[in-house]
Amino acid sequence: MKNWIVIGATSAIAEEVCRVWAKRGYGLFLVARNEEKLNAVAQDVRVRGAQSVDCFVLDVIDTDKHSECWQQAESVMGKIDGIFVAHGTLPDQKECESSIDRTLLEINTNALSVISFCTLAANEFEKKGTGDIAVISSVAGDRGRQSNYVYGAAKGMVSLFLQGLRNRLAKKGVHVTTIKPGFVDTPMTSGFDKGGPLWASPEAVSLGIVNAIDKKRNIVYLPWFWWGIMMIIKHIPEFIFKKLSL
Amino acid sequence: MPKPYISWGRFPYQEQTGTDIHWMSDGLPLDGEFLPQGNGRSYGDSCMNQGGMVLSTRFLRRFMDFDPETGIIRCESGTLLADILAVVEPQGWFLPVTPGTKFASVGGAIANDVHGKNHHVAGTFGCHINQFELLRSDGDRLICSSTQNSDWFRATIGGLGLTGLITWVEMQLKKVGSSAINTESIRYSTLSDFFQLSEESEHDFEYTVAWLDCLASGAQLGRGHFIRGNHGRVTQPKPQPPSRQFRVPFAPPLSLVNNFSVRGFNSLYYHSHLQQRQWSTQHYEPFFYPLDGIQDWNLMYGPKGFLQFQCVVPPQSSHDAIKEMLERIAAAGSGSFLVVLKMFGNVPSPGMLSFPRPGATLALDFPYQGNKTIQLFDALEEIVVQAEGAIYPAKDAHMGAANFMKFYPQVEEFLKFKDPRISSSFWRRVMGKTQ
Repeated sequence: MKNWIVIGATSAIAEEVCRVWAKRGYGLFLVARNEEKLNAVAQDVRVRGAQSVDCFVLDVIDTDKHSECWQQAESVMGKIDGIFVAHGTLPDQKECESSIDRTLLEINTNALSVISFCTLAANEFEKKGTGDIAVISSVAGDRGRQSNYVYGAAKGMVSLFLQGLRNRLAKKGVHVTTIKPGFVDTPMTSGFDKGGPLWASPEAVSLGIVNAIDKKRNIVYLPWFWWGIMMIIKHIPEFIFKKLSL
Repeated sequence: MPKPYISWGRFPYQEQTGTDIHWMSDGLPLDGEFLPQGNGRSYGDSCMNQGGMVLSTRFLRRFMDFDPETGIIRCESGTLLADILAVVEPQGWFLPVTPGTKFASVGGAIANDVHGKNHHVAGTFGCHINQFELLRSDGDRLICSSTQNSDWFRATIGGLGLTGLITWVEMQLKKVGSSAINTESIRYSTLSDFFQLSEESEHDFEYTVAWLDCLASGAQLGRGHFIRGNHGRVTQPKPQPPSRQFRVPFAPPLSLVNNFSVRGFNSLYYHSHLQQRQWSTQHYEPFFYPLDGIQDWNLMYGPKGFLQFQCVVPPQSSHDAIKEMLERIAAAGSGSFLVVLKMFGNVPSPGMLSFPRPGATLALDFPYQGNKTIQLFDALEEIVVQAEGAIYPAKDAHMGAANFMKFYPQVEEFLKFKDPRISSSFWRRVMGKTQ
């Protein structure tokens, strides 16, 4: 039995991961912004078999409260085995282009708040010499594209930060997993036309995540074929890429 | 790959737009006509809304409460029967009634008031529902049970999603010693044998059903295997669930289910049981859900899809009507691998438009082969009308408005509860609002 903190527990992917862990009888400390939804998820994973479930209502951009959140988790669960950071928003790129405030808020939500939690977790786990940090980044962070570069930049920052963190903690018994999903059929992507083979279900992606964490993988693309797609996209020369409308 | 919101039979095969409701607190679409949809396991067009959209509950699948002492479970309406079994079966509880797939949602199971192999003792799925919440398009949320808003309760059970969106459901599960089933399979050779076996089995066996060789004709008409069973005891060793999962990867250009394959399979399967009687203890999965082991089996029927036919005919005319239908089917040389015949019992169905009623129910699939299939369905439907039976909306893509009225005279009363902003392809068809 393990104890995990899940940030953004009401996101569709996190919810599915929690269901898998609940079936294994894990203890879960769920963090999300909306209390009603958070309680619904908590009750669901309780019925599905989670050993213990506790909730903490938090807007992640409120970084001052991150440490309180961690302490609360520690006091109710005792030992913390891992933190899964899954929160995020998909900004409207056009809106970001016309609003600096919006852009900074999105960077804040999708990158800075993640970095805050990871720094906190890294220091705590480093002291104990054990722990898992798993974070949902995105394939969008692999290269900036005109259609989505604010989100991409935030995810890119997260991916790079995690690389450094993994390097720092590798000799300290702390493992860092970077998860890069492609298109996932969740509320976050409800504005998209979701036909086609590139779209994956949150259940499928969640199984990939749990497996990657179990096997202590470093960077994982989900589903796997996104690794190939992103290899190609990353290697298109910039003088060509800048003219594409991806 | 996300599903395109189409029905399980893939006939009529048309693009269907849809949207998802993610949380119970979310409101309904603000304008236009819509239709609540569960997991899209209805065969015909009762879960489709051409020209409008469907509101899918596929993400609305959270458990709300389960009491292992009383066996009362409460969950959101998109929760699949498979999810419920995964949670409750290890704790000694089981679905009080289950249809032939565990991939139906509880909301869908209520909307179609589904039945199972234990209908003769347990009645329909709706008989075991304590209460649910109904969200109407005007924003009203009604708690419905047999004592509270009881007319809404009766309209919504079997109401095909037309009375509003069911957001959550509370049901009473059944305590079992073991989820495994001790079964006895009896090879029988005439249709009369089926009725005799049904009668002699109804008191001692909770589950009864027959598999038929639908292409056998003449003296062999109606031959098949009569399967009856009961849940095992606590002390009995549990059989392992089937380990292999098959999957149909894509729709082949032609239906794999055709006269040739069905005739071959049915004949082989009929004779596969060497003894006239066979006993075994089966895991609940292959017993209740033989087709769930083949993921996307509906694709086997090729790009044109298939139609399912399920009717019930009253006891006094059961033998003759079933015989006539089987003769028609055998003469047409069409049919499927899995043909099911069962006697419904006398437990009253709670819904105004519930399908199950006393008599014999016959269910089978037909690959869609254009006019030939439509003519066969016309003939079968006429036999049902003559026998004063009914056709099952959840399986149907064919019945006409006039016959629907004959099968479901309570529709007049039902109309008072239909939500003005909800409609379906099925509904417009049986109300005579298409063509």
